[in-house]
Amino acid sequence: MGLLGLFHYWVFAVLLMTGFYAVIAKRNLVKKLIGLSIFQSAVFLLYITMGKVEGGTAPIYQNGASDQLFSNPLPEVLILTAIVVGISTMALGLAIVVRIKEEYGSIEEDEIMNFDR
Amino acid sequence: MIDWNAHLAALQVIVPMFTVPLVVLLRPSGLAWAAAMTASIGAFAVSIALTLGVLDGQVYGYSLGSWPAPYGIELRVDAFSAIVLLMVTGTSSLALLAARATLDAEIESHRQPLFYSAWLLVLTGLTGILVSADAFNFFVFMEIAALASYVLVAGGKDRRALPAAFTYLVMGTIGATFYLVGVGLIYMMTGTLNLADMESRIHVVADQTPIMVAAGFITVGLALKAAVFPLHAWLPNTYTYAPHAVTVFLAACSTKVVLYLLLRFDFFVFQANIVSHDIQFSWFFLPLAVLALLIGSGIALFEKNLKRMLAYSSVAQVGYILIGAGLVNVAGLTASVLTMFNHALAKGALFLAVACLAMRCTGLTHSDIKGAARDMPWTMAAFVVAGLSLIGMPGTAGFVSKWYLLSAVLEQGLLGISLAIIIVLSSLMSVIYIWRVVEAAYFHAPIPGTATRGEAPPLLLAATWTAVLANVYFGLNSALPVALSSAAAKTLLGHVP
Repeated sequence: MGLLGLFHYWVFAVLLMTGFYAVIAKRNLVKKLIGLSIFQSAVFLLYITMGKVEGGTAPIYQNGASDQLFSNPLPEVLILTAIVVGISTMALGLAIVVRIKEEYGSIEEDEIMNFDR
Repeated sequence: MIDWNAHLAALQVIVPMFTVPLVVLLRPSGLAWAAAMTASIGAFAVSIALTLGVLDGQVYGYSLGSWPAPYGIELRVDAFSAIVLLMVTGTSSLALLAARATLDAEIESHRQPLFYSAWLLVLTGLTGILVSADAFNFFVFMEIAALASYVLVAGGKDRRALPAAFTYLVMGTIGATFYLVGVGLIYMMTGTLNLADMESRIHVVADQTPIMVAAGFITVGLALKAAVFPLHAWLPNTYTYAPHAVTVFLAACSTKVVLYLLLRFDFFVFQANIVSHDIQFSWFFLPLAVLALLIGSGIALFEKNLKRMLAYSSVAQVGYILIGAGLVNVAGLTASVLTMFNHALAKGALFLAVACLAMRCTGLTHSDIKGAARDMPWTMAAFVVAGLSLIGMPGTAGFVSKWYLLSAVLEQGLLGISLAIIIVLSSLMSVIYIWRVVEAAYFHAPIPGTATRGEAPPLLLAATWTAVLANVYFGLNSALPVALSSAAAKTLLGHVP
């Protein structure tokens, strides 16, 4: 496995850091949430990648075939749960942003910080 | 006939969880509160039963759906889980009592059932973390608790709670995602999620690098959620602007439960399996803990808002807990677990007393509460006793944990002496910031216009004094928490001589 053999893991690392950067650097709350979403999606990719077995198929037992190679289904099941968590986080985050917009009239972090001084 | 004792570990989570949909439907809000209160007290009763069993030397293992571990999902309750369970369910019950008294001023009546259901979800998540023995279950329950607590924080009238909740959400999610990356890496190398199974398989792994990276991700992610200095940025605003009853609950429980998870992972899973893990752990956390003590207490000295002052004091308290853990021996960990328990008692009681003040005063700064002791003698007396417990005065719970911490630290030679000096210094600072409140409340005349006062509502006062009396009781008779903490420390360090 050379560098290219680890392609998925490189994508994981780059996506993770892209999302992380957006969360930290962006001042707009919605953009922050988008960054957070990318950040979480990167981890989904990590889990799905590790479940893949080279040459493996979907783990469904077939009559007659004896030497089948299966991919590991467990990481995908786990990440299904994590995706649900991600969606809930996003929904709640956006709901809070809507409430912030109602109360402050802005979704820019700097402006909100200046309000209640 | 069902053998209830065998199902206790599962019941601990099921009782609050299955009450949630009921609470959403109940009207009026009083009925919803009654259902939530019943569930919380039920959970408290279950954790008392679990604690009694654990004290008899029983360890509650439970295979969900009768699938044996490591294939199925396992629940496991030992002494460490039991002491934190006791603390979480007990605080939840007391804080719900307080919520009944304070919530009408903060949340409209028709939204209160939703508030109580979110509350029970937090309780579900926290107790779920404490009974689980499965790394992925920890993540799921952690996110259940976290998502519901963002709702609780943002639920009040104060609009400043909204940006606070948003920051809490972003940082909490980053922490949880880091944890998830770590768990993923370990799963990749060991093929298991069950904690005990993971512990026995890690050292067989040929390439230890991913395990090291995983330990880093898990430790930093959980440290973020536990508000370890300097990752505490979300904490002060969250505690300050959340509804008062929520502050009581979160301040006493949420960071402690994450610290529970941190200690469980770092000691139970990693300690025996990673080369020189104890040195890495100490050198990572001891400096941070020292900074937390000095800076947390230092900021609390100058803080004028009572809730924010106590929030910074909580940042310092995480430092005490980590100093004990950073020694990586049984004495230190005993002190660490004991501090968790006793700090929850002291901080819970203090925030309850602050909730009393908030009911009758126009604000919560030092000048708003001037002369409050005249109109609210019971509230301020409660504040003083709970404050003494926070400082560590003999006769209160805080003294017991400070005593154990100092004696554990002093075994360590020169490093120990300097740590002890810092602990004493931080305690002295807490004397000053508690005294400033006492001075304002007892020795100043009320400012005209702020003085529309009387004693706090009886229900709230009852909750506050129950917490205060618990502080005194566990200060005089510390056998129960000490027995549980030392058993917890021995379980955590089971592999270390």
